[in-house]
Amino acid sequence: MKARVFVTLKPSVFDPQGATIAEALHSLGYDAVRDVRQGKYFELELNVSSADEAKTLADEIADRLLANPVIESYRIELVGAGAAVGEAP
Amino acid sequence: MKFAIVVFPGSNCDHDAYHVAKHVLGQQAEFVWHKDTSLRGADVVILPGGFSHGDYLRCGAIARFSPILDAVRAFADGGGPVLGICNGFQVLLEAGLLEGAMLRNRNLTFVCEHVHVRVETTDTPFTTRCTPHQVLEIPIAHGEGNFFAAPDVLDRLERNRQVVFRYVDADGTAIDAANPNGSARAVAGTCNARRNVVGLMPHPERACEGVLGSVDGLVLFESVVGALTAETL
Repeated sequence: MKARVFVTLKPSVFDPQGATIAEALHSLGYDAVRDVRQGKYFELELNVSSADEAKTLADEIADRLLANPVIESYRIELVGAGAAVGEAP
Repeated sequence: MKFAIVVFPGSNCDHDAYHVAKHVLGQQAEFVWHKDTSLRGADVVILPGGFSHGDYLRCGAIARFSPILDAVRAFADGGGPVLGICNGFQVLLEAGLLEGAMLRNRNLTFVCEHVHVRVETTDTPFTTRCTPHQVLEIPIAHGEGNFFAAPDVLDRLERNRQVVFRYVDADGTAIDAANPNGSARAVAGTCNARRNVVGLMPHPERACEGVLGSVDGLVLFESVVGALTAETL
């Protein structure tokens, strides 16, 4: 089973890269772009037998390593058998 | 007195720290590989600057799981003095030995220059020989040194005098133009509640001999030698 993990800076944390990308888009004439937040995307291939197991494992991995809870939050999507979607604060 | 300098794959200021401890201060110094599990009786531990594990994922995020970090944590829990410099500071933050996190520099550029920092507290093993509010000229070299902590955490760090160094101008005034990376409240270095673990983004080990343009970093190392010598008298 595959788990997709999206890590983003918390809304309260300034994102210098996102702000620079937004500026670049404005200079290209994309005035409709209000804001850009840059994040990270991970695909985990997991040897597990259930969606619950995949979710628990992906949560633990995101908590321990993929995201720094001081500045980042994450969201998990499961791909494959009976995929469920989970979200962390 | 023995300094242990932890070496991660990608550390590149380990030799500078070793040189200061061994050749400038005349103390014992030993490199400790990150996969080791013992600090071999060291009295001071330095986590040096560099790019541990290529800075992949986040600076210090992978190094914090190195086996030696268990020994560093136990050493810190026992009150031993630990200094994290630049990437070493980032490792201490990721490991939770210090509070906060690092973001990309405000202007997104890697900054490599001499800056001024003000010593905000002399009540740590690495600042005992400083005078209160002493201004030190020390180089920085980093792309992710934009210190972040939630406002309530910043308030607590300030209240407990855990902000050890702050970016200032040459006169010792904290103005925005003197903040090289956008750090919250111009924080350049902090300590833990117990005050024995100190981290800072500037490189004091690169400012310990006249030939390098500044000797202002030396006081940090002299402080810890003095603090430990006083302890054993």
